[in-house]
Amino acid sequence: MSAGNMHIKLKVWRQSNSNTNGGFEDYSLDGVSPDMSFLEMFDVLNEQLIEKGTEPVAFDHDCREGICGMCSMYINGQPHGPLRGVTTCQLHMRSFNDGDTIVVEPWRAEAFPVIKDLVVDRDAFDRVISAGGFVSVNTGNAQDANSLPIPKVDADESFAAAACIGCGACVAACKNASAMLFVSAKISQLALLPQGQAERSMRAEKMVAQMDAEGFGACTNTGACAAECPKEISLENIARMNREYIGAKLSSSNV
Amino acid sequence: MSWFTQTLTSSIGKKLVMALTGLFLISFLVIHAGINAMIFYNDGGETFTHWGHFMGTNPIIRTLEIGLVAGFIIHIVDGLMLWKSNAAARPVKYAVNKASANSTWYSRSMGLLGTLLLIFLVIHTAHFWIPNRSNQFATGEELNLYQMMLEIFQNPLVVLIYVLGCISLFWHLLHGFQSAFQSLGLNHVKYNGLISFVGTAFSIVIPALFALMPISIYFGWVY
Repeated sequence: MSAGNMHIKLKVWRQSNSNTNGGFEDYSLDGVSPDMSFLEMFDVLNEQLIEKGTEPVAFDHDCREGICGMCSMYINGQPHGPLRGVTTCQLHMRSFNDGDTIVVEPWRAEAFPVIKDLVVDRDAFDRVISAGGFVSVNTGNAQDANSLPIPKVDADESFAAAACIGCGACVAACKNASAMLFVSAKISQLALLPQGQAERSMRAEKMVAQMDAEGFGACTNTGACAAECPKEISLENIARMNREYIGAKLSSSNV
Repeated sequence: MSWFTQTLTSSIGKKLVMALTGLFLISFLVIHAGINAMIFYNDGGETFTHWGHFMGTNPIIRTLEIGLVAGFIIHIVDGLMLWKSNAAARPVKYAVNKASANSTWYSRSMGLLGTLLLIFLVIHTAHFWIPNRSNQFATGEELNLYQMMLEIFQNPLVVLIYVLGCISLFWHLLHGFQSAFQSLGLNHVKYNGLISFVGTAFSIVIPALFALMPISIYFGWVY
């Protein structure tokens, strides 16, 4: 890492827990390297806060290579910051200018309550998955891969939908805090494959019902979610979910 | 709750209702603009009045009109319900929000544009539809709508309100037309280009045609 020479001003949301009101705190950082990731810059800030004997900023992170979906900062008005197709851990300080003021907030949604500082509770996503985002698999020997013919186009589309890491940037970006890009990606990845057919209509009905119960908003097709998604999940998935849901409601035997 | 009402009151169901009523109202705009454009024959309102009389007295059209009023009411009420639940989904707003980086302002402002259109709709129906239908109900006679247009559109403030209404309609349609197809699940590589082209063309042509009517009368091009 090259020697840092950037000066960065930060306005960071600080909140002790979900029951208290939070507010912005101002911080000033010297010697920031342009090669640091955004999270490494926060590590430097936290080291300084700990040395001063104050509470470090709580933020979610895990793999730091863009695949786990844990990092979740709303940076200067955009989830995962100004770049397209990256998570916060893949955002580097070279995307900012020396002397910039950067405002960092947690995801804002009724369904994602703030736990502490920049950490939000995304269990709502897990409950949506539990409602129907699975396939039933019989135990025993794995069958030959070629015994289930899958068109290449379907396999590719399913794979693209399965790239969703569940970070919640779609909810954060949406003016309605809608989770439809996430839920549609999860419905799509299974609906496109033969293994997903057994629970297909049940899955669409239950996952959408759980999504609504969690308090996410409805989609108004602004496209903000897909534009901000670090995995570039397509809006076609939302159209597919609408078809899956309406089709399931019209034809399933659940009265 | 039956499966039917449960479906229509779910998040996707409410979108579905918005899309279907929206497309129905779009079909109404075609008829409305088509018949009103008869004033451009500039024949003292003869062609316009002929078709206006047909629309105002034909029993099939009058029955469909009930559906049209229902379509407006459902679209408005459903829109308000969606606006309320969507606002509740984010009780704490962002201090800094750079929404312009990921979406167009008009796609995010459908509720605002719809409210402006509702205000326009009240003014517009108070000018023509309500007095005409009330008179038909009371006396069985239609009012001379062409003459009423010539008189009402002499007021520059009224002309301005109508033009602003048409501008709101343009932005509302520019997002709404294409959005309706996405809500219905109709997103396909073979047809997306067509939907986008027709949606944009429709959003420009219909409001422009409507706006031209009060403007033409005000400047005396149509008399």
